[in-house]
Amino acid sequence: MNIISRGFRGRGREGPPDRVPPGQYVTDDFPVLSAGPTPHTPLDQWTFSITGGAEPLSWSWDEFRALPSEEITKDIHCVTKWSKLDTSWEGVSVDTLLEAVEHDAAFVMAICDGGYTTNLPLEDVSDGKAWVAYAYGGEPLDPEHGGPARLLVPHLYFWKSAKWVRSLDLRDEDEPGFWESNGYHIRGDPWLEQRYWGD
Amino acid sequence: MRTLVLEADGWTGHRAGQHLDVRLTAEGGYQAERSYSIASAPGEPLGITIELLDDGEVSPYLVEEVRNGDRFELRGPIGGYFVWDGSGDAPVLLIAGGSGVAPLMSMIRHRAAIGSRTPTRLLYSSRSWDDVIYRTELEEPADGLEVFHTLTRSQPPGWTGYARRIDQEMLGEVAWPASEEPRVFICGSTRFVDAAADGLVAMGYPPLSIRTERFGATG
Amino acid sequence: MKTEEMKLDGNAIGGLLMDIFGTDLTASIGVCATCGAVGHMAAVDVYVHAPGVVGRCRTCGSVMIRIVRSETKTWLDLSGTRSIEIVES
Repeated sequence: MNIISRGFRGRGREGPPDRVPPGQYVTDDFPVLSAGPTPHTPLDQWTFSITGGAEPLSWSWDEFRALPSEEITKDIHCVTKWSKLDTSWEGVSVDTLLEAVEHDAAFVMAICDGGYTTNLPLEDVSDGKAWVAYAYGGEPLDPEHGGPARLLVPHLYFWKSAKWVRSLDLRDEDEPGFWESNGYHIRGDPWLEQRYWGD
Repeated sequence: MRTLVLEADGWTGHRAGQHLDVRLTAEGGYQAERSYSIASAPGEPLGITIELLDDGEVSPYLVEEVRNGDRFELRGPIGGYFVWDGSGDAPVLLIAGGSGVAPLMSMIRHRAAIGSRTPTRLLYSSRSWDDVIYRTELEEPADGLEVFHTLTRSQPPGWTGYARRIDQEMLGEVAWPASEEPRVFICGSTRFVDAAADGLVAMGYPPLSIRTERFGATG
Repeated sequence: MKTEEMKLDGNAIGGLLMDIFGTDLTASIGVCATCGAVGHMAAVDVYVHAPGVVGRCRTCGSVMIRIVRSETKTWLDLSGTRSIEIVES
């Protein structure tokens, strides 16, 4: 039994229940979470790739920014229990990227500068559910938040929205990424509260 | 800044330099945990000093809200690395950045309590004179303890001490030569600790002679 | 908060390691499985602002330790640490 500390309140607030998944609270901050030092890849060396398809495909920063992109406003939910509503981003839909390559993969692994990885079923990054985002709140994405570009998959816990993403590797089998191999749920749906193994 | 004196069931005492973890639970179950260095010497009533961080989540509660009789959970004492029993022949250099002075105060108080003759210097960096904690106590250092302040943002009128961030030149003046084989304890933010440690290594201090403890600005 | 300020050291997880191992580990000596560097567990670069705790070798940056805790379970990965000489302090 925990001792309740009189008068202590967390900073978050409850939000509209149809928008805030179970166990979450709403914050107005944008907490920075990181498992390591912030990588700093110069844009003239940055590439984004899709590997594991019929042929590997790669875009330079300029080529990537020339792709059709969209502005998106979404709620995001971190497994550490904060949710942030109406966050606005700009990025390239993963559908646009995957259309360029021939494949029959069922899963992807996002691979990032700094060594972070996260795995997703293909259907969780298809049909308008995922982007590679390069701007947040109308500004270029800050390195602390994953810039130059991060994966954005708002319908899953935000550890799946991998910062500093450099490639998506198409796969036949689902292999756990950095957190999924150490206790976090293989899929991570916040509405089913899939935080940990066995949830 | 506020010092809380704690009475803990089952507390077995601590060594100078150790810390404890505090866990707060709100009605409804929300929890937050923070670590605080124990500023009191072994044998004194258990005390921690908390710095109020404006956008903090825990420090405003501990500094502004908590009253006598309030309760929270503790884990500790913790740490077998960043500890000093106050004695030894080799000189000891203590370097503090802001609230990083807390574990070093425990060491200083313990050293005084045991009547140690170990030559000891404290180099203590603060933003201004008002930010210096344990100020009065440090104005009367025990035998063999020398205290050097540096005030990095503003200084009182007539200030003749250091008035800038710790740098190579300051370390050259305050620290013993490496040949005396001093032991070093540095505590503060990551940036402060790394800069001070690098400066000493550049003076020839073996890295293993320097023990460090980094605080985050976790609020 | 910049990531450089968020990087702490093994002292910051002293309590967590004590919960898991039943003893203080900060004074114990770890060997990095990737580069072989030897140092105190207190001298590991530790990131606590994450879905879990990550400890990285100060020499090569490889992950030495990962810890995730739920309300009921703890997951510990020490595959990045070749060995720890436990020093009773």
